Amino acid sequence: MLAQQLLNGILAGSVYALFALGFTLMFGVLGVINLTYGFYFSTGAFVALHATRYLHMQIWEALPFAAAIAGLIAIVIDELLLGPLRRAKAPELSSLMVTLGATLLLYSLMTAWFTTDIRRFPPTVFDGGAFEIQGLRITLSQILIVAAVVSIVGGLAWLLRRTKLGLAIRALAENDDVAQLMGVNVGGVVHLVSFISGALGGAAGVMIGLNYNAIQPYMGESMMLKGFAVIILGGLGDIRGAVLAGLALGILETLTAGYVASSMKDAVGFLLLVLTLWFRPVGLFGRIAAKRA
Amino acid sequence: MIDRRRLNLLAVACLGAFAFATGARAADPVTIGAVEILTGPNNKYGVAIKNGFDLALGEVNKAGGVLGAPLAIAYEDSAGNKDQAINAVRALIGAKNAPLILGPTLSNEMFAAGPIANQRKIPIVGTSTTAVGITAIGPYVFRTSLPEADVVPVTLRTARDRLGVKKVAVMYANDDAFSKSGYDVMKAALEKLGIETLTTETFGTRDTDFSAQMTKVKSVNPDAIVVSALVEPAAGILLAKKALGIPASVRVIGGNGLNSPKIGEIAGDAADGVIVGSPWFIGKADPVNQKFVAAYREKYNSDPDQFAAQAYDTLFIVADAIKAAGAADPEKIKDALGKVKHTGVLGPFSFTPDRDPADTSGVVVIEMKDGKFGLLQ
Repeated sequence: MLAQQLLNGILAGSVYALFALGFTLMFGVLGVINLTYGFYFSTGAFVALHATRYLHMQIWEALPFAAAIAGLIAIVIDELLLGPLRRAKAPELSSLMVTLGATLLLYSLMTAWFTTDIRRFPPTVFDGGAFEIQGLRITLSQILIVAAVVSIVGGLAWLLRRTKLGLAIRALAENDDVAQLMGVNVGGVVHLVSFISGALGGAAGVMIGLNYNAIQPYMGESMMLKGFAVIILGGLGDIRGAVLAGLALGILETLTAGYVASSMKDAVGFLLLVLTLWFRPVGLFGRIAAKRA
Repeated sequence: MIDRRRLNLLAVACLGAFAFATGARAADPVTIGAVEILTGPNNKYGVAIKNGFDLALGEVNKAGGVLGAPLAIAYEDSAGNKDQAINAVRALIGAKNAPLILGPTLSNEMFAAGPIANQRKIPIVGTSTTAVGITAIGPYVFRTSLPEADVVPVTLRTARDRLGVKKVAVMYANDDAFSKSGYDVMKAALEKLGIETLTTETFGTRDTDFSAQMTKVKSVNPDAIVVSALVEPAAGILLAKKALGIPASVRVIGGNGLNSPKIGEIAGDAADGVIVGSPWFIGKADPVNQKFVAAYREKYNSDPDQFAAQAYDTLFIVADAIKAAGAADPEKIKDALGKVKHTGVLGPFSFTPDRDPADTSGVVVIEMKDGKFGLLQ
């Protein structure tokens, strides 16, 4: 049972990690806690659902498609909501409030359109095949999820560390004025970061939708709570921290449900969150407070 | 001196006039009231109930009505609104002089309107109000719908006797009053039936990841999994059960939350084998039910649901009580209701001294197969 629970934990954790990655990137580079982020998660799941159902896409086509759409929507929302505030150099609190209001509006619109009924991918999208190795059971969709998360995280790390674009993003995270003076196209990079973040959130939504087969507008909202816990545990804006904290939270939750009590499952993440803020405000894996991307 | 023949004639004329007068009075229908949701978003419940009443009403009147007169129902629309339900009850008592009221549709409408009828000493009979505490409103408040607390024990007993379920894992949503009260009923019933509970797992109603709980459930090897939840998380549990490869022979036994075709729509073939209890089922084979289903289909061109079936039975119960009371008098009808014994589409029926349904022998246990519920084979 331990092996199976660890597998469950790694799965849940890798989706937390993917989700938190976009969230923390947005915060680290753009300097905003963007509460609309959970909406991209729901959007990704819904786009993939409709792409598979009505455009008859395969899931490996629908995943990048949905991520791209979520990314584009993220650019539009970021530009509409936060662009004016950014240009006016408004304080962080106003951008937080704007995104809070926008989140409520977006979810209400989505609910009005799709209702809160739970939907699932058509059964033909991904056959529920599974491997069983010495009592450990892993389904094909779970393998796809882990493989996709690993390659997306790897790709992002490569982009940030090894490319000129990554350098520009990191420069922007340090100081946008200086980045601009150094010749970075700040507006373009802001859009790029919005796109990457939205796409990461959207991809996470597709995977959650695929693994648990439950898609509904407010799915992003409960994920946001977990997302907050993860990025605070990992250190705000810290990408490596977000991945490690996501995995840790997933495994911890699963083990709590499996060996302590399932009623404690959600409590444990937030307990850890409070403890982290008390004893290591920079996050479990954080170094001295600084913006990192 | 009046001659004898003329006197006789007069007597005959008087008698005739009297007979004519009573004849005219007998033609006046006995009108009872009904408050249901006939418009607005929840009107499918109220309309189904009205259909059930009207179908039974036709049959009652075809068989001679009540008290030598036809029975009639004056409908008022509550639109699912508590205040409107209160006004409807007031109107039926005040303007229509109804000696009995059927409805309202929802439990919370009953909690608002029931006290009014009770205060005016008019019996009020809910056909679809299953919440705890309905009949505690007062001695004039009755209900004919079986509360979940009565259905679940029958489901579990059937699972034990027919499928040999001896040890189970129990799962419930601990953040939702409906699921928690269902769990309390299940826990008590399991203890009473001597079924062993291997583990009890909880989750949140909005959770989607049940893999940790289901892995644990799998590791204790239960004969069945007993679930108290709304339909969405229940579907998630079924999907996780399938993903983890828990065999189909391990059935999921549910409370009323799982008694919905939506479970098959969301969970697909993972929902096959789900077992739930229900006060009524369309495929019940007894002739009374078959006749009801056929008559309903003929009259309304659609299938009856549980609400229509409960309403159909209730109208016969109420008609029996009015007959037994011997007058359209609220007090006498109230006393007569307590003594009614009726066998309808939901099986044998009588009231407990607390005015709840006394008999659970009509409960049917159904299972999901290919996305549809059918009788447990």
